[in-house]
Amino acid sequence: MLIKLTGGTVYDPANGINGQVRNLFIRDGRIVHSLNGATPDQEYDLRGKVVMAGAIDMHTHIGGGKVTIARNLLPEDHRADPQPRRGLMRAGCGHAAPSTLTTGYRYAEMGYTAGFEPAVLPINARQAHMEMADVPLLDVGGYVMLGSDDFFLRLLSSGSDQQLINDYVAWTIHSAKAIGIKVVNPGGISAFKFNQRMLDLDEKHAYYGVTPRQILKSLARAVHELGVPHPLHVHGCNLGVPGNVETTLNTISGIEGLPMHLTHIQFHSYGVEGDRKFSSGAARIAEAINANKNITIDVGQILFGQTVTASGDSMRQHANAGHAHPDKWVCMDIECDAGCGVVPFKYRDKNFVNALQWCIGLETFLLVDDPWRVFLTTDHPNGAPFTTYPHLIRLLMDKSFRNDMLAAINPDAAALSTLGSIDREYSLYEIAILTRAGAARLLGLTDRGHLGAGAAADITVYTEQADKEKMFTRPDYVFKDGELVVRNGEVVKVVWGNLHTVQPDFDRGIETRLRDYFDRYHTMKLDNFIINDWEIEGDGRSKILVHPCHQGARS
Amino acid sequence: MTDNTSAKVWESVPSPFCGIASDDLKIEVCGSSVRVLANGDAVTVPGFELAVTDTAPRIAGEPAALEDAVRQAAAILKDARLPVFSGFGTDVNDTRAALALIDKARGVFDQARAGGGVRNLLVLADSGWIATTLAEVKNRLEVLLVFGSDVEAAFPRFFERFVWNQETLFGQDPAKREVIYLGRAPSGDAAVSPDGRRPQVIECAPEYLPELAAVLSALARGASLQAKAVGGVPVGVLQGVVDRLRRSSYSVVTWVAGQLDFPHADLTVQQVCQTVTVLNKETRAAVLPLGGQDGDRTASQVCAWLTGYPTRVSFARGFPEYDPYLNDAARMLSEGEADALIWVSSLSAAPPPAAAVPTVVIGRSGMRFDKEPDVFIPVGVPGIDHAGHMYRCDNVVAMPLYPLRDCGLTSAAAVLTAIEQSL
Repeated sequence: MLIKLTGGTVYDPANGINGQVRNLFIRDGRIVHSLNGATPDQEYDLRGKVVMAGAIDMHTHIGGGKVTIARNLLPEDHRADPQPRRGLMRAGCGHAAPSTLTTGYRYAEMGYTAGFEPAVLPINARQAHMEMADVPLLDVGGYVMLGSDDFFLRLLSSGSDQQLINDYVAWTIHSAKAIGIKVVNPGGISAFKFNQRMLDLDEKHAYYGVTPRQILKSLARAVHELGVPHPLHVHGCNLGVPGNVETTLNTISGIEGLPMHLTHIQFHSYGVEGDRKFSSGAARIAEAINANKNITIDVGQILFGQTVTASGDSMRQHANAGHAHPDKWVCMDIECDAGCGVVPFKYRDKNFVNALQWCIGLETFLLVDDPWRVFLTTDHPNGAPFTTYPHLIRLLMDKSFRNDMLAAINPDAAALSTLGSIDREYSLYEIAILTRAGAARLLGLTDRGHLGAGAAADITVYTEQADKEKMFTRPDYVFKDGELVVRNGEVVKVVWGNLHTVQPDFDRGIETRLRDYFDRYHTMKLDNFIINDWEIEGDGRSKILVHPCHQGARS
Repeated sequence: MTDNTSAKVWESVPSPFCGIASDDLKIEVCGSSVRVLANGDAVTVPGFELAVTDTAPRIAGEPAALEDAVRQAAAILKDARLPVFSGFGTDVNDTRAALALIDKARGVFDQARAGGGVRNLLVLADSGWIATTLAEVKNRLEVLLVFGSDVEAAFPRFFERFVWNQETLFGQDPAKREVIYLGRAPSGDAAVSPDGRRPQVIECAPEYLPELAAVLSALARGASLQAKAVGGVPVGVLQGVVDRLRRSSYSVVTWVAGQLDFPHADLTVQQVCQTVTVLNKETRAAVLPLGGQDGDRTASQVCAWLTGYPTRVSFARGFPEYDPYLNDAARMLSEGEADALIWVSSLSAAPPPAAAVPTVVIGRSGMRFDKEPDVFIPVGVPGIDHAGHMYRCDNVVAMPLYPLRDCGLTSAAAVLTAIEQSL
């Protein structure tokens, strides 16, 4: 199949293209320099249209047990947003924790072609993959969680050699079919099982005696030395705690130059100034990020309305459960591996804390200088459902609109925020970095997130409009691996995405130790724990794509 | 899982039949016959060893080609205004295929044994809980409280595998664990510790279980009660139970919801869960709802992620609607609301109820009927005849299932997809 996309205005930051009128050519699902004189089978006239690579959500909770717990927890939320069977789309439901099919349709309708699940528990990775396999139209991948699993904590507390830890980290990535490593409240999920209710960066775990700082350094080093492209993905200590900006700044300095990605940093950027002992730490965080090139962040912007927080951080979720709206929540201790907490939440614009959280996220977006090191997320569904992304993009691109919204929130929060004095407006080029090029680079996806020759033809075409929310809500065309899947915001073809992974080298000798550990302490056999290729590819829908690591080059 | 090919003996085989998904089974396969050589139990052995009888579909009791049976099943669905799909002893892929068909046919999805699961799901959706999983029990448990249930009857290996295990991660001696049965005595000796200690048993008549749960919850909150006894159990004894749980560094409260078969049992489950939630203000405790045998948990999980709702979902209006009362298949059939029954069960050989409406069975070979269905399509078993996946009772662990033999049986997923495509 040969396709020509004619005369679109292309924003392709990975290749330095900023609003140039160009033709694009697709041959059998890949972008090529030209069709070598061949007549295209299809041609699309994109004159006057904006062309970008398909968008990539690098942190979205779309698969795994906690999402399905959230689904079971919120039937009333689903009833309010039914998705009838329509055209090619099967029935489902939407809003805070949509059904998997609806998740895929709605992402694609917004021009997204990939989403990465950031909290894959090793023991629950099989479920995460099965759920993600039922998300149509999106490429997927997962960051597998370590740092509160007993095997790792035993290694660390017993002073194991870093090489052994590296082997375990690599083995976990392989067995869970992941593309990165995530750590959530390092050690804290485990500490909660020992009835410890807080664990600050330099506080010792009640049983293992190790600190979150040690855990972070060990895991960040392992990821780095294994050559995994995506830096250690860190959900830090003290999520949601006033004053946690100090912890976050210490986390940044404490990693000693190793690459580290701090996720949903909005929830970790709170000061204690003011009458209510709650203030914005965004300026200090942004300053630290601007000064530390080894750090990347995603924001986890909150937007007002009902949602549900679904996190591996059982310690903090339990602490915050009193704020649940509606008043119900689930926490779980999981298999000496991790945990989870699911707490519904309604962010209100007239609530001081929520309004200031909203400001803190936007301040962070606007005060971080380098768009390649900040990513557009709401930590779906924690800050807001992913369907709010077009609204968020407008807030970043339209100062006047942003200030109108600022005028409507809790006035005390607005008065405490510097947001109204920030003039920055993101350009289309920068939005393309935040939502495509930067994410692909961060994850090591060399053939996604750009429109150069050799890239997979994941392409989104918009009509430029003054109202950027409208523009990004309904693309004219979305191509997935060269196939037209969305036209005028409607799904016209359903395809299934790929699974992106990495497979760092390691010493298989670790399995001897792990096999004994599984036999003695776990409830399943090691061989049944490891996810096989046939489990992903067996039904012919998904394909496993392995991206290169650069082991050795970084150690 | 390993294959000693010459002997046709498989080791480390996961059981798709038991809710705790034991994966240490040793299975021998000779032709189409299967024998459990090691680690079987009263649930697992019959699950694996049921003989293959039917290999060909039947229409109205007469042998038929698969294509004809599929066509006839589709015709029944086309004629139906509100078909109900039940059974659902299935694995992930079978359930996926069934839900695609149900969506297209505008049918209702129910599980034959949804009742027990619903008692838990209603609590989850109303107030939530603090739960745990089997490996946490195995390594952390100090005190186990069994509420109103006979665990070993439904989960014969629960105590062996997770309570009286040899060692724990944290140096605790599992043999010293305490087990308390509240409301019902165990039927066997599985809860007796390796050194012969019997569990503490506090019995009362079943009709007092709701009151017992309410008192437990009240005592956990620190209430002082006027009543001296509940259902014949002195309040002081119940206070002792609460105090013991509160002193424990990690206690687990468990029940088998399928056995709490009385009206509004969800309210009782809720009180039990709230007891545990309150305990967590000071110490660590968790609930462990047990259930999910023969694919029950699996079908509920798959339904939840594909539709947003866990079970008893109607697609009659073109989108999923959850109603655990209205979408009860047995009720719909008895009250004349459903006009076709599609029974899907690739794990369990439990047959459908005799129904007055056209009935299609996509079921395990070996199923026996009181009334011959209009269409019967025998299918293979995930974990014996096909690869697949199943869920354990604690919702977290999905096990891979492996093909152990090839006796030519097609999968339920393939049959369901064929029916969907011919609609």
